[in-house]
Amino acid sequence: MTTTTTHAVIAEEAVAEPIGQDRGILSVFDRRKPAVRIAMVGVHAVLLVGLVVAGLGPILWLAKAAVTTTQDSIQQPLALWPSGIDWANLAQAWTDIEVGQYFGNTLVLAAGAWVTSVVVAATAGYGLSVLQPKYARVLNAAVLATLFIPSVVLLVPLYISVVRPAIGFSLLNNYWGVWLPATANAFNIVLVKRFFDNLPREIFEAARVDGAGAFRLFWSIVLPMSRPILGVVSVFAIVASLKDYLWPSLVLTEPDVQSLGVRLPAIQSFVEIDVLLAALAISTTIPIALFLIFQRVFLRSAGLGGAVKG
Amino acid sequence: MTAPVQLRRRRRRTPLTWLRGGGLSNLIFLAPMIVVFALYSWGPIVQTVVMSFQKTNLITAHFVGLQNFVNVLNDPVLPTAIGNTLYFALLALLFGFPVPIVLAVLMSEVRRAKGLYSVLAYLPVVVPPVVAVLLWKFFFDASPTGVFNTILGWIGISPQPWLQNQATAMPSLVLEATWAAAGGSVIIYLAALLSVPPELYDAAEVDGSGIWRKVWHVTLPQLRSVIFVMLILQVLATAQVFLEPFLFTGGGPNNSTVTVLLLIYRYAFQNSLGGKYGEATALSLMLAIVLALLSFAYFQATKRWSTS
Repeated sequence: MTTTTTHAVIAEEAVAEPIGQDRGILSVFDRRKPAVRIAMVGVHAVLLVGLVVAGLGPILWLAKAAVTTTQDSIQQPLALWPSGIDWANLAQAWTDIEVGQYFGNTLVLAAGAWVTSVVVAATAGYGLSVLQPKYARVLNAAVLATLFIPSVVLLVPLYISVVRPAIGFSLLNNYWGVWLPATANAFNIVLVKRFFDNLPREIFEAARVDGAGAFRLFWSIVLPMSRPILGVVSVFAIVASLKDYLWPSLVLTEPDVQSLGVRLPAIQSFVEIDVLLAALAISTTIPIALFLIFQRVFLRSAGLGGAVKG
Repeated sequence: MTAPVQLRRRRRRTPLTWLRGGGLSNLIFLAPMIVVFALYSWGPIVQTVVMSFQKTNLITAHFVGLQNFVNVLNDPVLPTAIGNTLYFALLALLFGFPVPIVLAVLMSEVRRAKGLYSVLAYLPVVVPPVVAVLLWKFFFDASPTGVFNTILGWIGISPQPWLQNQATAMPSLVLEATWAAAGGSVIIYLAALLSVPPELYDAAEVDGSGIWRKVWHVTLPQLRSVIFVMLILQVLATAQVFLEPFLFTGGGPNNSTVTVLLLIYRYAFQNSLGGKYGEATALSLMLAIVLALLSFAYFQATKRWSTS
């Protein structure tokens, strides 16, 4: 995908060591000027209020609506519980429309996407960067080339090859049908390969002299050193899995195996509004919790790759 | 490939030397990547090209020449879809593109609780798009007591139909899409701003530049290459917009939000009797070629600008 190559360009710029940063646009002198001071206080206030309203506001509204009656949400959407808090929504969503089950499916899908993506990216990066057999250059070029292909081109043939394959068995309603295509992600492989390219070769040589084979070298030397980049790949894989809709909705047609993201649009028309809002709130908790816990990795990855899957 | 003939007999490559040289373990490490790319990337790319010239019902397939392309180009919905996609891209560019740049420049001047601002800006990005769209459907409720209409009522503006009117549907989708994506761009610009050398600001001050001149003559030129890349990325992403029209409006009202990708989806998956896979792949292929040409031309042009 063209988008992703150019992201690699951005990645290099973002990775470039930030310089000092003891100052920005405003100098110490600027900051002492009363007019600038007042203006900056104003800017901060507007910025903070704007970000809270736009960034946090919709999520807070969702949290409120999750425990509000349907009538209140429709008639007075911005009033705080005019007819009391309706905790029953959450329980109803969890059991009646089986959000609990889809919640579990979502977690399994994300965990599987995480493991498979990290395994493929780490082994491929190691093979292409450290082992480097003769055909690695050809493979590398073939992987890079896929960065230039918009993902839309893949959709129909990918669907056919997964759901109605000419050989082998169909992966319809099988989680592998969601996990495996996601691992064919050139951006992750390029990221890991670049990281491995920058590891000191002397360490590998020393390990080889000491008799470490390819597997030992991978497990005991390369993997422990590659935690930062595998963290980034993990975030990309998990976030992509939690955000994906189109592909899982094509592969997972059986309600029992669907994720929350696939299930919610399907049930929106025959579920009571307050219960639907509670279900939406519940399904937002996973990504938000992950984001708040792993803030630094998330923001670092975002600086690296941004909207990899725009 | 055959092993090259070597002069010294002992150095001849045999399966055994390949094995001893670590050939097998090399292959074991590269195998996962080779398999998934062959099945789910390289294979489908080739297949798209083949299928766009075929008529297939998944059991038999036969070549029909350019018939699929002719069918797509004669589809009366296609001009609408192209127009809508361009309209979406244009609106997203006008409203969505400058916002993250301005936000990032302002946020980079914050000295206290920097992290808080980044977290707030990035929060919408982690909300799953499906949840965001379903949530914003409530915000866009067309009744006078809808969320946005209530807010408009506070400042004395009459209720808007939002998604239910041909004129306001697309801008509404762009509003939500901008909200959902801006945070990611903000973080990228913030990272780029960190690498602006402070000496440039020092130098500008020595030359007597005020704050606006510093922003105009140092900050923005330093961000230029990132801005160029982000611009084409946004155009490529908006050209493939699917989720918002699909979940908000299903392409309505009166096809006013049908996009190219939605049309591809309709060809392939909307008919339960079996999709028009030929037409779908033909349209995907045309879209991909247009986007490739566009980005090629864009990079040629920006290369010239940045060197001159």
